[in-house]
Amino acid sequence: MRSSRALAVAALAVATATAAAACSSGSGSSSPSTSTGGSSSSGSSTANVTLTWWNNGTNQPLLGVYQNAIKSFEAANPGITIQNVPIQNETLQKTKIPLALQGNNPPNIYQQWGGGVLAQQVSSGKVANITSDVSSWIGNVAGAQGWAVNGQQYGVPVDLHVVGFWYRKDIFQKVGITVPTTIAQLESDDSKLRAAGYAPIAVGSKDGWPDAFWWESFALRDCSQSTVTSDIAAKNFTDPCFTKATNDLDAFLNTNPFQAGFLGTSSQTGAGSSAGMVASGKAAMELQGDWDPSVMQGVASKADAAKLSSELGWFPFPQTPGSAGSQTAVLGGGDGFSCTGTTAQVTACAKFLQYLDSPAIQDQLVGVGQTGEPVLASQSHAITLPATQTASAYLKTAAYEQLYFDTALPTKPGLNLDAAIANYFAKPSTSTASAILSSPSAP
Amino acid sequence: MSQRTATEAGLGPAAADDSAAAGPLRAHRRRSPKLIKRTELTILLAPGLILFVGFVFVPIIIAAYYSFFSWGGYGPLGPSVGFKNYSFAFHDLYFIHAIEHTLILTAASVVIQGPLSIAIALLLNRKFFGRTFLRMVIFAPYVLPPAVTGIMWNLMLQPNGFVDQVMKSLGLGGLVQEWLANASLTLWVNFVVLTWQYIGFGIVLLLAGLQGVPRELKEAASIDGAGPWEVTRRITLPLLAPTIRIWGFITVIGSLQIFDIVWILTGGGPGESSETIAVYLYTKGVQATDYGYASAIAVVLFAFCFVFALLYQRFALRRDMQGALTREVG
Repeated sequence: MRSSRALAVAALAVATATAAAACSSGSGSSSPSTSTGGSSSSGSSTANVTLTWWNNGTNQPLLGVYQNAIKSFEAANPGITIQNVPIQNETLQKTKIPLALQGNNPPNIYQQWGGGVLAQQVSSGKVANITSDVSSWIGNVAGAQGWAVNGQQYGVPVDLHVVGFWYRKDIFQKVGITVPTTIAQLESDDSKLRAAGYAPIAVGSKDGWPDAFWWESFALRDCSQSTVTSDIAAKNFTDPCFTKATNDLDAFLNTNPFQAGFLGTSSQTGAGSSAGMVASGKAAMELQGDWDPSVMQGVASKADAAKLSSELGWFPFPQTPGSAGSQTAVLGGGDGFSCTGTTAQVTACAKFLQYLDSPAIQDQLVGVGQTGEPVLASQSHAITLPATQTASAYLKTAAYEQLYFDTALPTKPGLNLDAAIANYFAKPSTSTASAILSSPSAP
Repeated sequence: MSQRTATEAGLGPAAADDSAAAGPLRAHRRRSPKLIKRTELTILLAPGLILFVGFVFVPIIIAAYYSFFSWGGYGPLGPSVGFKNYSFAFHDLYFIHAIEHTLILTAASVVIQGPLSIAIALLLNRKFFGRTFLRMVIFAPYVLPPAVTGIMWNLMLQPNGFVDQVMKSLGLGGLVQEWLANASLTLWVNFVVLTWQYIGFGIVLLLAGLQGVPRELKEAASIDGAGPWEVTRRITLPLLAPTIRIWGFITVIGSLQIFDIVWILTGGGPGESSETIAVYLYTKGVQATDYGYASAIAVVLFAFCFVFALLYQRFALRRDMQGALTREVG
């Protein structure tokens, strides 16, 4: 009896000691990875480098383009291995990346969208300055300055985006309406579409940021470029033109332009998403970035997806005649990638980014991948989708392209703005409307 | 009552141990029984204590410390801002709303789920054909991971989804709502799904408590002429009270911290119409990367739970915990 008790006590002691050892070895093992910014694997030769790549290419066709790019890059660069980790967009952007940058083992190549958010990420000390790695070719990359902080390159764009309306030509034709050029025309089209049994416009309000596209688009029409720039920098939309934008949006929302239950609809997940509704012909149009056709391909049935190429059209955000802002300015941005890790990993990462920005891969990204605009102006001929070709042509004539406000602002002010606009969509009132204007500087 | 029995059982072996160990030890005059007991206690308690201190106590202290800084999570701790995060929080309308939503969910859980659980538990305690099957069916949702529950109900509550179709086929089409999109409804939709998930737990807990109600007492009351309702009211419910009090404690603490189902079902939306304290904390901390502010929110949430736990232990659970806390057993 006693001996078994003694045994049990001994066993417990061993277990405790093991647990303690496990704890201490856990904390011990984190110290080498803490130094990933410097030297942990610098002992190993450049010839054998493994890179983890976080991106939002969860669905075909983009997934296939990325996989093929990895395959051909690895074949051309023996010793470099890239592990593709596609992650759902909202999770990637808002949860995974911020947490990874606080931890000690961030992905070696990760997707980000430039602007104020990138500047904040740089303050983590983990994002590599790749200015010298990319200096020989970055000059050819359009929009690259959006991925620079204080003149230093901390990321590289691989495609550019323009926000506008993706609409179903077949539905427009059936209902007998044409592409609207003013908000008044859009409203009249909406009522005809609704009378014909269609949801006129789909919006994925559950995600918040699609709502923000609406307010921001009205702001571009009502405010001058310099006002937009200065108030974003001040993190406070004090100029009266933003109040006008809110009023214009309010008047538009009062026409009930969206699908039933739009506040609970996500933008990109599944057939019930706003992208899915346009793809299946339940809704006639959607205000989205030019990644939308690619998202639609991923969530549509085969039959619907096949129709998209010929039936999808594009038009810019309608004008609000008489307003102070540019009537041809567009909202947009781009997808880019940054590097973290050891010197060898960062060098390999920059090499891979150069490969993604090479004409061959650019052609695939904007062609088969339908990601939007190429960063190499020479490759815009590779865009195969007619709707995206229209968007691309319009971008060349636009007065200017404004980066999405939530990306131009740092993370918290940007999310506050999206949340305030989403809240206004949910409960339109004077208080939720005025909350939008000061939201970037809210706690 | 069940708590006291557990305490007695826990003390039993230790007490028996003392007397058994005393004989041989005294003969060898090696170590005092007190020392052995202390060593044993240390060894047995250490792992739990280390885990508690490392993963509960220290994080609470760290969160409280972070709450005095404006810190984005990257790099060294940012500038100290004193109590600014706290004053911001209580001036932020969204946070006040989040507190309101959380308190509504908590109160509804107690007021609606409580009587419902008791009634169903009393029914399921009777003998009838298919009782085991029914018990299993009612408990089944509790076994599902909350994430699965959230996704499942999110799909079923879509416009023209399963719930709408079922209602239409039952002739209730007129009552169909935009379940996940109506800002004045989503909090209650969340509550229904939460009830669906957690009521099984309450029922099983109460059923277990009902097994501790002696049949002889009920029989004696019946013989004395008490009707079934009177037996329930005067015998069963008073004897079930300790279990009900424990259920209340678990439910309130769980409701104050609710996150997972709400996050998946509505994301706290539309807008902030179903945002709870935990959802607010997550959006401010992880998503907006404002860790100092989110820490302040976490401290406030902790204070809510802590104060409630203390008051509840002091006033509601006092009788149930007396044996365990004072060791005056029997």
